Amino acid sequence: MIKFLMPNLGADMEDGVLVEWRKQPGDFLQKGDIIADIDTQKGLIEIEVFDEGVLEKILVKEGQKVPVGSVLALINDGKGEEIRESSGDNPTPEVPKILEPQEQAKTKSTEEHRIKISPLARKIAESNGIDLTLLKGTGPEGSIVKEDVEKAISERIANKPVPQPEEKTKEAPEESVNVSRTTSDSIRMAVAAAMSKSNREIPHYFLEKRMDMSKALEWMKESNKTRPVQKRILPVAMLIKAVAKALDEVPDLNATWENGLQRKNEINIGFVVSLRSGGIMVPAILQADSKTVEEIMETLNDLIPRARAFKLRSSELSQSTFTITSIGEGGADKVFGLIYPPQVGIVGFGEISEQPFAEEGMLGIRPVVDVTLSADHRATDGLIGSRFLAALNKHLQNPESL
Amino acid sequence: MNEEEIKKTVFQLLKNIAPETDPSLLMPEENIREALNIDSFDALQFIVSLCEKLKVDIPEEDYGKTSNLKSLIGYLIQKTKG
Repeated sequence: MIKFLMPNLGADMEDGVLVEWRKQPGDFLQKGDIIADIDTQKGLIEIEVFDEGVLEKILVKEGQKVPVGSVLALINDGKGEEIRESSGDNPTPEVPKILEPQEQAKTKSTEEHRIKISPLARKIAESNGIDLTLLKGTGPEGSIVKEDVEKAISERIANKPVPQPEEKTKEAPEESVNVSRTTSDSIRMAVAAAMSKSNREIPHYFLEKRMDMSKALEWMKESNKTRPVQKRILPVAMLIKAVAKALDEVPDLNATWENGLQRKNEINIGFVVSLRSGGIMVPAILQADSKTVEEIMETLNDLIPRARAFKLRSSELSQSTFTITSIGEGGADKVFGLIYPPQVGIVGFGEISEQPFAEEGMLGIRPVVDVTLSADHRATDGLIGSRFLAALNKHLQNPESL
Repeated sequence: MNEEEIKKTVFQLLKNIAPETDPSLLMPEENIREALNIDSFDALQFIVSLCEKLKVDIPEEDYGKTSNLKSLIGYLIQKTKG
């Protein structure tokens, strides 16, 4: 039996409203199926399942607001009665906080009455006032061990509201204004929360390199001539692919910082999409390293309009391992991004513009782009960041092999 | 298709991309993308929709001719005649 949890769709997400169950008890579920729609600060999100099995039991009613990490349903995977976490769950679910204690919350706590916990963990938890029913065990058979309790304590400290103005404004309107608040307002608050956390917790370092785009643009121009207008690519598709290839060479940047550096197996690139009404959405281009430039452009053609219409899937919001922000035509020359926690890096592309560019003793006018890397100094040092920018540049100079 | 019809189509397609704006207020030589705050991605979508709606092909080297209303309308009149 697998617990299907409210997914964490970003560092800024605390809860969501279960709007609609798309599957009913008894339905067979396959990996990637949409199981429910959840209303979050980032709009209505389609939630996917990561396990195969039969939907056994629904634990949360439609319309109910539940915190991240809550058990939404049980999935029977035919592997016995023992209850396990879903394999696709976010590696660090927040310690669940009960926002609206309702029937479901009560049944949940009675279900978890017999808590398996090591004596040492119990002692530490009791002396620190940690509620054991809210903990998730990572020890044998799901028992709570010392590390789980320590993590809960450190998260409690980390989550404790620091007396800062943006924290207060974030907390205050949470419940009361909920109904009248528009999606664009809530996105503003989500961005505010994530970026405040980033700026507060991540010691950023910044690097910058100017890159010659003449070969890449020439290649794009030639290949676009053979494409119908619907299939034409934009420079950003090449930039995304080059970043994915550079991350493959410098894997320490394709990672998260969660009690140390956690490298990620997949290269899923979050791409910053700005909304006309203000605010941003950062959907992921999944496995960007294994997609061609054309496939990345197709993904963007699908993803950008859906991001702007607030119609994204849970995997697209929760699986990013690195972020790209690109200014595009007619904008600023450089952009220094703030890292989206718990990631450890973000690349910023300024506008591609013609500039004097010297090479091999010759000065010429070339299209160039100023590329910046903001990286987490806890996770990597400047040498790694510099290696990444050099690798990125190398790939942009060989566009035909992108 | 006459100039008025082309203009109407252009305004409608721009409105689809930038719903909160009024494209009919654009000055003939004003930069469309700057005035309506259209990014690179939406600019390409605009060209795709023009090609589909007016059944013309706009090659990449002609994108420069789509920057303001005066040159865009002139260019599209030429294209739709052919």
